[in-house]
Amino acid sequence: MTTDTEAPAAAPTAEQPPPTAARAPKRRSWLGLWFVLPFTAVYAVFMLWPMLLGLYYSFTDKSLTGRPVSWIGLDNWAEAFGDEKAWDSLWNTAWFTLLSTPPLVVLGLAFALLAHRARKLGWFLRLSFFAPFVIPVSVVTMVWVWMYQPAGGLFNHYLGEWGLGADHLWVFQEDSMASVVITTVWWTLGFNFLLYLAALQTIPAEVYEAADIDGANSLQKLWGITLPLLGRTTALVIVLQLIASLRIFDQYYLMAGGGMNLSPENVFIQYMYNSGFTGLRVGYASALSYILFFFILLVALVQFRLMSRKED
Amino acid sequence: MTAMQTQTEARPSETEPRPPGRRRRRLTVGTALVYFAAFFLALLWLVPFLWALSTSFKTETDASLGQPVRWIPPEWSLEGYRVLFERGDHVTWMVNSTVVSTIVTVLTLVLCVLAAYGFSRLDFPGKKVVYAVILAGIMVPPQALIIPLFDVVSSLKMVDTYWGLALPQVVAPVMIFILKRFFDAVPRDYEEAARLDGAGHLRTLWSVVLPLSGPILAAVGIFTFIGSWNNFLWPLLVANDPSIMTLPVGLGVVAGGYGLFYAQNMAAAVLGALPLLIVFMLFQKQIVKGVAGVGLK
Repeated sequence: MTTDTEAPAAAPTAEQPPPTAARAPKRRSWLGLWFVLPFTAVYAVFMLWPMLLGLYYSFTDKSLTGRPVSWIGLDNWAEAFGDEKAWDSLWNTAWFTLLSTPPLVVLGLAFALLAHRARKLGWFLRLSFFAPFVIPVSVVTMVWVWMYQPAGGLFNHYLGEWGLGADHLWVFQEDSMASVVITTVWWTLGFNFLLYLAALQTIPAEVYEAADIDGANSLQKLWGITLPLLGRTTALVIVLQLIASLRIFDQYYLMAGGGMNLSPENVFIQYMYNSGFTGLRVGYASALSYILFFFILLVALVQFRLMSRKED
Repeated sequence: MTAMQTQTEARPSETEPRPPGRRRRRLTVGTALVYFAAFFLALLWLVPFLWALSTSFKTETDASLGQPVRWIPPEWSLEGYRVLFERGDHVTWMVNSTVVSTIVTVLTLVLCVLAAYGFSRLDFPGKKVVYAVILAGIMVPPQALIIPLFDVVSSLKMVDTYWGLALPQVVAPVMIFILKRFFDAVPRDYEEAARLDGAGHLRTLWSVVLPLSGPILAAVGIFTFIGSWNNFLWPLLVANDPSIMTLPVGLGVVAGGYGLFYAQNMAAAVLGALPLLIVFMLFQKQIVKGVAGVGLK
């Protein structure tokens, strides 16, 4: 059966390459463009054009009020580099990244190691660790703000009950960064968890059997075999996590920045957003966008190298 | 047969955990501890869900601050849900999210499949340059584009419209990359046969290549849908009219302002989480595989 279906397909192609190859280039040449055109058009309008436009605006005083645009050279850029609030917000973004990346990587690995051994709980563990990841951010922050309520919230209730917060209530308006980090860990850990779990499942059992013969204990196997074999995954997880953390905006805006929980502190995208849409200064905000772009590009280039190395 | 084999090979993480063959299944202290820790952590991770669910079924009085923490509502009530449906905006946002995410998913699938097929199977002038420019887009963080993008969308008069919400989200260069790589791995024997029978490229794509691409199309579709449903920053900018807002924006901007009615708030949270939890339950296997694929490819 298999050979039957394969034979007619293979035979004619082997006999007929000359006519197909000769006719193909001319006829195909424009056809291919039609396949690619729809996506490329949308890409050009909503990605390439805004990128160029943003670069242009960063050298102008373009404003949301719609007054005529004039070229102001490097003024926006010079202002951005001397803008203390911009640096503060950049620092907040960096601080969030520094605080959130280690627990998200380490706990992701730890949970995956547990789940890999507790296989009978597999479905349940994947559900409870990964389900938060698919929840919209505003649902996440609604629930956590409710849990963080200083008096009567679940968080402080148990901190008090376990004697951890007897003298100090967790006030999320004050500890806003830590609160956002904890919420983010709960929300997004599942992604790293799944990356690690998948990598663990590709390690062949023979590797461990050899170590068993040598009489290695579990800890030795973890340090000597599992962790080194996960090196590449760890590199990927860290890079993806850095890129995600540097883009912090949604949960910070909802928990610490917007509405009732107004905090004077900003993260970078929030400052950019405020400059553009509250301050109406599109030109200045565009320069800030390019600064953010630059930082993320640095990390993304590392990611790109990691990915293309895997291709080989 | 060859096609079938490659299809399974191309799927990420097909490697199922090996049955613990030689190892005897003894209940050691270590194993018991592992199971206990895993179970405890999984429960801990569910606490926010359970607490939101519990609060949503309380009366506003029982749900208000200063009440003792009670996991089982002392008096079961659907008050929160009733108020939510009476106000009606939650339903509107849910409809908007469904419409926008569906447009984004369908368009992404159609446009990316066509383009990926073109890049994989056809030759045309400038192909390499166009592909390189599109791939470079993978590295552009969407957040860094929002300011000029808003300007573009507003000059197209698309602010506060479904198209303004949806179209910028269709630009997903990474999906082109994923699909092209998959198509590259599909053997061409069948296509050659189909073309010799006189089928054009569109027909070949539809009746030969796509039937072999089920899992990858499912993965791209599910991830696009979830990503679009959960997108926050762009809809926050482009939907100012509450009647056009998506669910995450409506909940974050409008419902967040209702403040102290926690039963109602948590009812909104539960209903806000529900659609995607259902999607996750239905497609757990594909989602888990899709995420795993990021690391294994």
